[in-house]
Amino acid sequence: MDVSTEDNGSGSSAETGESGDADAHMEYRPSAGQLERERFRRSRKRRDQWIATLCTVAFVVLVVVGMVASPGWERVHTYFLDYSEFTRTLPAILRGFWLNVQMFLIAEVLILVLGLLMAVVRVTRAPGLLPLRLAATLYVDVFRGVPTLLLVFLVGFGLPALQLQGTPSQPWVLGVIALVLSYTAYVAEVFRAGLNSVHPAQRNAARALGLNETQTLRHVILPQAVRTVIPPLLNDFISLQKDTALVAVLGPLEALRVAQINADYDFNYTPYLGAALLFIAITIPMTRYADRLQRKVAQRTWAEAGR
Amino acid sequence: MSRARTALVASVGAVLALTAAACAPQSTTSSASSSSGMASGSASAGGSATAVAASCSTSSPSLYKQGQLTVATDSPAYAPWFDSNKPSNGKGFESAVAYAVAGKLGFSAAQVKWVVEPFDNSYAPGAKNFDFDINEISATAQRAKAVDFSTGYYTANQGVLVLNKSGYATATSLSALKNAKIGVQVATTSYQAVVDEIKPTKAPSVYNTTNDEIHALQNGQIDAIVTDMPTVFYLAGAELTGGKILGQFNYSGGTPEEFALLLKKNSGLTSCVNQAIAALKADGTLTKITDQWLSASANVTTLKQ
Repeated sequence: MDVSTEDNGSGSSAETGESGDADAHMEYRPSAGQLERERFRRSRKRRDQWIATLCTVAFVVLVVVGMVASPGWERVHTYFLDYSEFTRTLPAILRGFWLNVQMFLIAEVLILVLGLLMAVVRVTRAPGLLPLRLAATLYVDVFRGVPTLLLVFLVGFGLPALQLQGTPSQPWVLGVIALVLSYTAYVAEVFRAGLNSVHPAQRNAARALGLNETQTLRHVILPQAVRTVIPPLLNDFISLQKDTALVAVLGPLEALRVAQINADYDFNYTPYLGAALLFIAITIPMTRYADRLQRKVAQRTWAEAGR
Repeated sequence: MSRARTALVASVGAVLALTAAACAPQSTTSSASSSSGMASGSASAGGSATAVAASCSTSSPSLYKQGQLTVATDSPAYAPWFDSNKPSNGKGFESAVAYAVAGKLGFSAAQVKWVVEPFDNSYAPGAKNFDFDINEISATAQRAKAVDFSTGYYTANQGVLVLNKSGYATATSLSALKNAKIGVQVATTSYQAVVDEIKPTKAPSVYNTTNDEIHALQNGQIDAIVTDMPTVFYLAGAELTGGKILGQFNYSGGTPEEFALLLKKNSGLTSCVNQAIAALKADGTLTKITDQWLSASANVTTLKQ
């Protein structure tokens, strides 16, 4: 048992509220007014929850009833919600979706690395690195301004047309390159905002302690910056996941394209619903997670603003 | 207390408004007022209108807009079906067919109005903003559940296009293309034809336009293009240098596709259009138009399995 003195120091006891000299004090008993307050708050909370639930249920019921009662419901039901069509096409769409998943997983890793590099280049201050800074700024400006679909076309059809040795000819690889080019520009800006959000005093303090520039960036600035930008980064990734569907214009059979082929073949829109559900199944958990992280960041920042 | 009540009242009000909006009966007819006596009776491009029943007048209530025939096609509209993406110039096979059908229905060329309708939207349920859509659409029984099709105006066969320098330029059967990377256009029946007849080992690449297919073929991203024969002829003749028409599909027992006009489900015009097409077939106009705009595909080799 090798317990260091920090581990059972004042920190842990302060958290539990059971400091050794608690017995010396009177036991805490809430006053009648306080009890009344708590009772009132509890009942108020119960009542609010009931109202919220009832309103939600009523709203959903009315929307569904309104939809089913509309004159065109029968047709909508046939052409958008056809169960047999849905089950028939879902396996093929799922196979296509696997390609989407591969594309965004590969793209996300590349984008994280390149975006961070780009951001670090943009916040350097060494005068010798000005050309690099200018190049990075130009890159971000251009690639944030160009529609992603146009980039996909340019890279997908333009790059192979150059007939250079060693260019990939796989359409989905070209598509990933285009997405990486586009999203690196966004993510670089997110990282840069994070780096700039760290107070300059942090850097000065690190330098005063004798850390050099690289060490300051690596151990002091970056950890704080990255923690701040995780929620917006996740937002960009959710957007990226949906944009993998743009790669379809180059030919590979991804989920939305498979859905389109099936829908156009049978004149029934249900396959699109299948593709949408697959995308949602991935993005909603990520969105929830991003929201939770954002809430935690907010609580850290405004510790006293808890409700 | 009061805040919760306000929220409750507001949400109930919103729900009621939504329900009212959702339950409001939609007018299923087009917004044309039924004015009578618009029949022009003027001589029209396609000859006499006597071949078509009288109920199919130019003021028929089934029309999207009375006194005019609203014809839809996708944009861009490619040759040889249309000419320089202007359907209204009467050039190109489908443009000519549309004007001939209009003529048989009693519309003058000036009364034909063209609108753009992307293929993906053409089969949406509900009201349409056109009388018929002419866009190389193959009629199938499954598709006919969602829309009305006229009788066919052209029988399309699938053809294969490769580059001269390709290793597949000497293929003489469909099974020889088994390992080829094949490009098709989205929303065409070519995709299904490739999957059913060639059964390729690599998934076909699917492109938005024939233009993209040509690029991919020239870039070496695909080995062959499969599309309908007239388009194959056009691409080999006008768009692609060093291309070679490999041949056309031999449908073993399957019926070749018929291109048909697409109309709203249960449209009152379907029978009229069918009569017009029958009349065009009977008096030889359709054959004449076909010969004028589409190359004969009789001399192309048939690829056996």
